[in-house]
Amino acid sequence: MIAVTTMKIEFEVNGKAVSADVEARTTLADCLRYDIGLTGTHVGCEHGVCGACTVIVNGAAARSCLMLAVQADGEKVTTVEGLSNDEALTPLQASFRKHHALQCGFCTPGMITTAHALLTHEPNADEERVRDVLSGNLCRCTGYISIVEAVLDARVAYGSKGE
Amino acid sequence: MKLAPIRYAAPATMDEAIALLGSCDAKVMSGGQSLMPIMAFRLATPELIVDLKKIPGLDQIVIDDQGVRLGAKVRWCDIESDGRLAQANPLLAEAIKHVAHYQIRNRGTVGGSVAHADPASEMPAIAACCEAVISVIGSKGARKIKAVDFFISALQTSLEADEVITEVLLPAWPAGRRWGFQEFARRRGDFALAGIAAFYDLDGQGCAANAHIAVFGASDRQHRLPGAEAALNGRPVTPETIAAAASAASAEVDPPSDIHAPGEYRRALVETLTERALAHAAK
Ligand SMILES: Cc1cc2nc3c(=O)[nH]c(=O)nc-3n(C[C@H](O)[C@H](O)[C@H](O)COP(=O)(O)OP(=O)(O)OC[C@H]3O[C@@H](n4cnc5c(N)ncnc54)[C@H](O)[C@@H]3O)c2cc1C
Ligand code: FES
Ligand code: FES
Repeated sequence: MIAVTTMKIEFEVNGKAVSADVEARTTLADCLRYDIGLTGTHVGCEHGVCGACTVIVNGAAARSCLMLAVQADGEKVTTVEGLSNDEALTPLQASFRKHHALQCGFCTPGMITTAHALLTHEPNADEERVRDVLSGNLCRCTGYISIVEAVLDARVAYGSKGE
Repeated sequence: MKLAPIRYAAPATMDEAIALLGSCDAKVMSGGQSLMPIMAFRLATPELIVDLKKIPGLDQIVIDDQGVRLGAKVRWCDIESDGRLAQANPLLAEAIKHVAHYQIRNRGTVGGSVAHADPASEMPAIAACCEAVISVIGSKGARKIKAVDFFISALQTSLEADEVITEVLLPAWPAGRRWGFQEFARRRGDFALAGIAAFYDLDGQGCAANAHIAVFGASDRQHRLPGAEAALNGRPVTPETIAAAASAASAEVDPPSDIHAPGEYRRALVETLTERALAHAAK
C-alpha cells in the first residue's frame, strides 16, 4: 500500500460518475466546489460546527469539511444540487419557500441536505426529533422556527402517515 | 483553515496499517470527526494519514456473556440503532444519545473517541465507569489496557504511536443493576460542561453495593469518584444518601476555569448532576 500526496479519485455525484485529481489534504467540500464545480455546498466554519457543508454520502448525512476528498473515492455523494430539478420546486424546496425558512441562504444547502436525509430515513420524525437533528446546523438569520416548520410540513412528501 | 499537506493511505490489512504508522509521523483516521477539525486548526500536522476504512472486522457490536464488545469502527449511529443495548448496557445506550450532532454521529466512532480522549466526551466516561478493557494492536503485538490505565490526561492516553485500538469491552451488565446518566451542555450535541455516569447493584438488604460513579468534563480526564462511591456503598439509597454522595462528588473534583464556564460552576454542576443521576438510578 503506497501513501499518496495526490490521487485521482472516481466517485458518483448526484448520480453522475465524476473524477478529479486532488491533493490528499483537500476536503470533500473543497473538491466539490473547486474541482467538480458544484458551489451549492457552502463552507462556513471549516471545522465541523456549522453544518453548512452537509452532503449525503451513501445515504447518510455527513459534513463535507470533515471528510477528505480521497475518502470519497468509490462512494456515492449527493449535494444540494442533486436535490433540485429544473422543472419545479421539490416538495422540500416548496415548503422552505412557503414557510420563509431562509433569508440570506447561506445555511440553506446544509439544512436541505440534512432534512432530506432525515425525512428519507424517518418520514415520521416529530418536532423534537427535527430540532434534535437540526441542532447541528447553524442559521444566523431565521431563528429556526420557520425551518423546523418547513421540515415538518414536508414530511407528507416523504411518505409520513401524519401525526 | 485549509489542512497542511499530508500523505494518505487506506491499507487493506492491520499489518500494513501498523507498518505505515511506524514509518513516520503518522496518525490513524477512523471517523475523522475529531482529527479533521484538529488538522484544520493545524493543532496537528501529521505527515501521513492512515485511514482504517478498508480494514475489515472492526465494525461489529458483539454481545455475549463477557459483556458488550464494541469494535473500534462502531459509529454512534450504530449504537443508537442497536436495540439490544437497552438491555445489555443501558448506561451506554443513554450516554451515546448525547454525543455530537446528526451528521457527526453518522461517522464518529468508538475507537476514535477513546483514542482522542477529550475530557468532556461521553464514551471515555462510560469506559471509566464500567471498567472497560481496551484492546490494542501494534508492532510489539496485541495488549489489553484497563480504562483506569488508559486515560492519562486531556487528549493523552497510554497508546503508543503505532498502536491501533481494535475493541472496547464493557463487562457484563447484571439484570437489576441501577444506573443514571446526566450531563449539562448549552446546546444539544455540544460537548458537556460536566457530566456523571453512575451505576450500583443492590445487596440482599436493599442497600447499594459495587457503586461506580464517573465524572467527565470537570477535570483533565474521565475518572471514578471513590469518595462518592463510598458514600453510597452499604447504605439504603435514600435522598439523604444521595445528597451525601453528591456533596462528596463535588468535593472530589477541582475543575479548571475556561472560556465555557468557571471552575466553581462546573463543581456545582457535578453535585447537581450526581444527585440527578442517582435519583434516576433509585427510581
Ligand atoms: C461539532 C462537533 C461536536 C462534537 N460533540 C461531541 C460530543 O458532544 N461528545 C463526544 O464524545 N464527541 C463529540 N465530538 C467528537 C466526535 O464524537 C468524534 O467522532 C470522536 O471524538 C472521534 O471519533 P472519530 O472516529 O471521528 O475519530 P478520528 O477523528 O478519526 O480520530 C480521533 C483521534 O483518534 C485517533 N484514532 C482514531 N481511531 C483510532 C484507533 N482505532 N486506534 C488508535 N487511534 C485512533 C486518531 O489518530 C485521532 O488522534 C464532536 C465533534 C464535532 C466536530
Ligand atoms: S463548514 Fe463544515 S461544518 Fe461548518
Ligand atoms: S438563512 Fe442566513 S444563515 Fe440561515
